[in-house]
Amino acid sequence: MTMTIQNLVFASLGGITVLAALGVVLSKNMVHSALFLVLTFLGVGGIYFNLGAGFLALVQILVYAGAISVLMIFAIMLVMKGEAGGSNPPGPSLGSRLWGIYLAVLLTLGLGASIWFSQWAPGQAAPPGDKVKGLAGLMLGNYVVAFEMAAILLLLAVVGAIILAKGDEK
Amino acid sequence: MVGLSHYLILASLLFGIGLYGVLSKRSAVAVLMSIELMLNAVNINFIAINRFLQPAQTTGQLFAIFVIVVAAAEVAVGLALILSIYRLRKSVDLNDFNLMKW
Repeated sequence: MTMTIQNLVFASLGGITVLAALGVVLSKNMVHSALFLVLTFLGVGGIYFNLGAGFLALVQILVYAGAISVLMIFAIMLVMKGEAGGSNPPGPSLGSRLWGIYLAVLLTLGLGASIWFSQWAPGQAAPPGDKVKGLAGLMLGNYVVAFEMAAILLLLAVVGAIILAKGDEK
Repeated sequence: MVGLSHYLILASLLFGIGLYGVLSKRSAVAVLMSIELMLNAVNINFIAINRFLQPAQTTGQLFAIFVIVVAAAEVAVGLALILSIYRLRKSVDLNDFNLMKW
């Protein structure tokens, strides 16, 4: 019984995520694309919850569905000219669009086939306990240099983004 | 029973959709959105493999956090670049940005 419920949860979350992702790339309206992107991020956050990574799911909702999507919508509003409808056109020629479809389908089929026919080590049960504690131990233990570099990278990126977006002083 | 393969196949579907968006979209903002889809697919892979193959450790989740940090930085700089080139060219169409093409 619990297996069925887990299957159902996975199927609905995966279905929502994939359909919303299709909406992002197929929608003709840029604002609709951005809203589908928020739905995709929320679906991926649900998948993280399903995988038992609660902290990651909350980070995903805060950073992606909260901050990054607001940033995207601001940028869309700033660069949009005129009507929102038709602001997100597909590629200029049928050839380039078919080329994109061909490469994407080829990659997905290749990856999917190799995943499906692989043998994985049997899954072990996750040990009970606090995942965040282990995460914090790694972050401030073995990976402390990478952690500090990530902090510096974020600071530099935000300062650089402000300088780039401010433009020349005239 | 939902296993590792299902999560990996879901991630590769998401990655393929993102790849299609990157290759065939005209607007620079839409290309950035598609890149975000691909990065999310990679994060699903990290966490699923962590959960199913090494459940006692959390290294995969840590790497997913670093991917999220780098993605946030990339979006901030990318959108600032798009705004700045929009001011010069009055367009976000990638076909208009052929300044460095010969």
